[in-house]
Amino acid sequence: RRRIHYKHEAQTARDCLVLHHLSPMRRRGFHLIPRLSSIVPESCLLIVVGLLVGGLMKLVGEIPPVLESKIFFLYLLPPIILDAGYFLPIRQFTENLGTILMFAVVGTLWNAFFVGGLLYGVCQLEGHRLVTVDLLSCLLFGSIISAVDPVAVLAVFEEIHINELLHILVFGESLLNDAVTVVLYHLFEEYSSVGSITVMDVFLGIVCFLVVSLGGIVVGAIYGILAAFTSRFTSHTRVIEPLFVFVYSYMAYLSAEVFHLSGIMALIACGAVMRPYVEANISHKSHTTIKYFLKMWSSVSDTLIFIFLGVSTVAGPHEWNWTFVMATLIFCLVARVLGVVGLTFVINKFRIVKLTSKDQFIIAYGGLRGAIAFSLVYLLKTEHFPMRNMFLTAIITVIFFTVFVQGMTIRPLVDLLAVKKKQETKRSINEEIHTQFLDHLLTGIEDICGHYGHHHWKDKLNRFNKKYVKKCLIAGERSKEPQLIAFYHKMEMKQAIELVESGGGAKFPSALPSTVSMQNIQPKKPPQDRALPQLSKAREEEIRKILRTNLQRTRQRLRSYNRHTLVADPYEDGWNEILIKRKKMKELEKKMNNYLTVPAPPPDSPTIARARLASDPQAWGLKSVTESIPTIKVDLASPQSPESVNMVDEFGKKGSQSKASKEEEGGLTMKVPSPTNQRKDKTADEDNDKEPQQRLMRCLSDPGPTAEEEDEDEAFLP
Amino acid sequence: MGSFQSLPDDHQYRTLSQKTGFSLEQIAILHNRFKQLSQNEETLRRDDLKTIQDLESNPIRSQIIEAFFDSRNFQKDGVGSVEEIGFEEFLTVMSYFRAPPQHITEEQREEMRRAKLRFLFNMHDTDNDGTITLEEYRHVVEELLSRSGALGRETAKGIADAAMLEVASISVGPMAPDEFYEGITFEHFLKILNGVEIETRMNIRFLNMDATVLCK
Repeated sequence: RRRIHYKHEAQTARDCLVLHHLSPMRRRGFHLIPRLSSIVPESCLLIVVGLLVGGLMKLVGEIPPVLESKIFFLYLLPPIILDAGYFLPIRQFTENLGTILMFAVVGTLWNAFFVGGLLYGVCQLEGHRLVTVDLLSCLLFGSIISAVDPVAVLAVFEEIHINELLHILVFGESLLNDAVTVVLYHLFEEYSSVGSITVMDVFLGIVCFLVVSLGGIVVGAIYGILAAFTSRFTSHTRVIEPLFVFVYSYMAYLSAEVFHLSGIMALIACGAVMRPYVEANISHKSHTTIKYFLKMWSSVSDTLIFIFLGVSTVAGPHEWNWTFVMATLIFCLVARVLGVVGLTFVINKFRIVKLTSKDQFIIAYGGLRGAIAFSLVYLLKTEHFPMRNMFLTAIITVIFFTVFVQGMTIRPLVDLLAVKKKQETKRSINEEIHTQFLDHLLTGIEDICGHYGHHHWKDKLNRFNKKYVKKCLIAGERSKEPQLIAFYHKMEMKQAIELVESGGGAKFPSALPSTVSMQNIQPKKPPQDRALPQLSKAREEEIRKILRTNLQRTRQRLRSYNRHTLVADPYEDGWNEILIKRKKMKELEKKMNNYLTVPAPPPDSPTIARARLASDPQAWGLKSVTESIPTIKVDLASPQSPESVNMVDEFGKKGSQSKASKEEEGGLTMKVPSPTNQRKDKTADEDNDKEPQQRLMRCLSDPGPTAEEEDEDEAFLP
Repeated sequence: MGSFQSLPDDHQYRTLSQKTGFSLEQIAILHNRFKQLSQNEETLRRDDLKTIQDLESNPIRSQIIEAFFDSRNFQKDGVGSVEEIGFEEFLTVMSYFRAPPQHITEEQREEMRRAKLRFLFNMHDTDNDGTITLEEYRHVVEELLSRSGALGRETAKGIADAAMLEVASISVGPMAPDEFYEGITFEHFLKILNGVEIETRMNIRFLNMDATVLCK
């Protein structure tokens, strides 16, 4: 018996691998036919592919592998849910939480009982074969099929770029209804063996539901906090940072599932809770890794699920019964529409932004069913449920209908109804400033009204978060970084990456069409401030001293790159050469100012130039240092430009020890660029100025993959 | 005490309701709150608002309070700030935070949007010259970051400068090196906040308030 088991599983594994290798190729092929992809959603095509593969296998004589529930729930589903949870737009989610919960809980319950009850009625009326189906089986079937499926919703909605509100409503509902489904499923499954239910059982069911959902969330949140806490200490082991994220999340899912709590909710809670803290702690590279791995895994899972659905359709034991299947389909659709309309009527009384009928239509139409329902039915044992095969057939029919018919027609309908689409604008710093201002303003007005509303509690939570939680979970100075500043630095980094990738040369990213520079907005200054400062002898001496101490530290690390170094060691070459080069760079920098919407950083020091070359000798031709970008300051050695005065004073004490710790950060730090005028002011009255303390920035090592549109990356409770 | 105090004067409430758009119940609730804040006097002063404890931790507290005493917000074409306000002015300022009703036309929605954005603009444009200069903008950002200590103050300047550059580049486009961007006018302000749905976000739920129970 064991051998057979092994053979079966090995076969499944082999088939999985085959399909896995084929699927990315298939995807690419699919994208080569753009017309097709604009009409038919990817999920449909994948199912068709699965059908073809299944058909082929049957022809050949092999048994096509079925989407085994174990594989589905353990391996295929978690990556998709984690991807969704990690990048969940928290702000929209919490703003609409009431609505989402209403749809998820009440809506799903309504669907389940409506479909289940009516199906039972139909079965009784129909007579002959169907009369054996008892009420509890029908209700169980109803509860399985009533849940909107997150995988299907994601697959279809992602392509139609609908506005954020509708997206989060349908998607949020699909995520949160998992708890309801789990509870109903287990309830009905157990009671069907018992036979009858009492009022006590109903009450227990409600308690069960609360336990399952809240328990799942709590489990997820605990693991999320653990992950955040761990990431605080990973500054020395940056390479395994992504691993923590994945491992903790998966453990959250497994733990929840083991205790029959809602695994999906645990996963969502884990991802959403850990994200703001983890992102503050981990390096940029790790962040990119996590993002791409999550996208990759969820993409693969997604593809496999749909293909398997197709294959299983060909394979699985079917029992077609016209009445039952048609009745199921009709009741599902009717239930969905009635549910949405009825609930919206109630919800709109409590919403500021009411849901229009267009919105309601899209929400109803977007209630797609998918693989979760299929897997749940597949798990049913034929001994307890003799009509299991019929259920399977009915579910597949409904899934096919929703995915094919609704999935294909939703895009033209969205266009036809002129539903608002997602705005593709980049989040600008002005919007951020005014959004934050608005938040504080609304909180203030609520306080003046004496009304403890939405904003009041949000503000309290934010303050609690800032005061206690962030200190615990975020390493170093970043725990105190206000959100506006974090956003500003993030923007700067994005700009820096873009400039770096464009080679800093001839072509500049089209996102910066401006040719407005700092001079255009600064109030007129007295002429002497505009001249380039002449370096005095004393200054020269200081700079030389700084460089000497600097170079001693960096010499070890950079020794191997010496032959690439443009700017030579002051001991070896003339110091004047370096100064001339620096002056040249300053002049060029003035020209470069035109291309920045964040003010330009101070010009490079020799160590910086060397460090930049050290990071990626390929990307920077020997020319680039003299010609172009002084805009990106990549400073391996000293976090501050050696031109700042206080390095001389502080270097001995504070600078060195903090520098040492910063070197350990691993990677190159980027300084906050300060306006050139400011710098000029500084150099003018250098002796009086006190350079502010070190500013610790996100580590920026080599540019890496293109910085994409990161509209999913929003801060926690903005 | 005036005629406002003892019984809710329906006629006056009705005029106010027509003017500001609040319902009669909402006006009654807000009136109670006004009375409580002003200690049963006819007018409200800045100090009365400063006594609200929850406002203490708000970084833009002074600006919010100022907005209540800024005659530009009273919809009477006034300028300058006043020392004390009556209930009508209080209600008028509050009306900027009403939600748009469900069935309104596009022009009305646009009207509301402009009114709300005008309120915001006035909060920033403290010297009432019709533009938000760099200094004023820097002040805004500094206030926002006022709770963040030294780190906040330095970066505030950088952030304000970057934001200003962005406004200039969006509104005016390419500028020669010797051209000077005076400041953000109201039209530019509208432009940069185009992506933010002000009419749906700048709202307070006035419906379920029970001032006597909830406030301190």
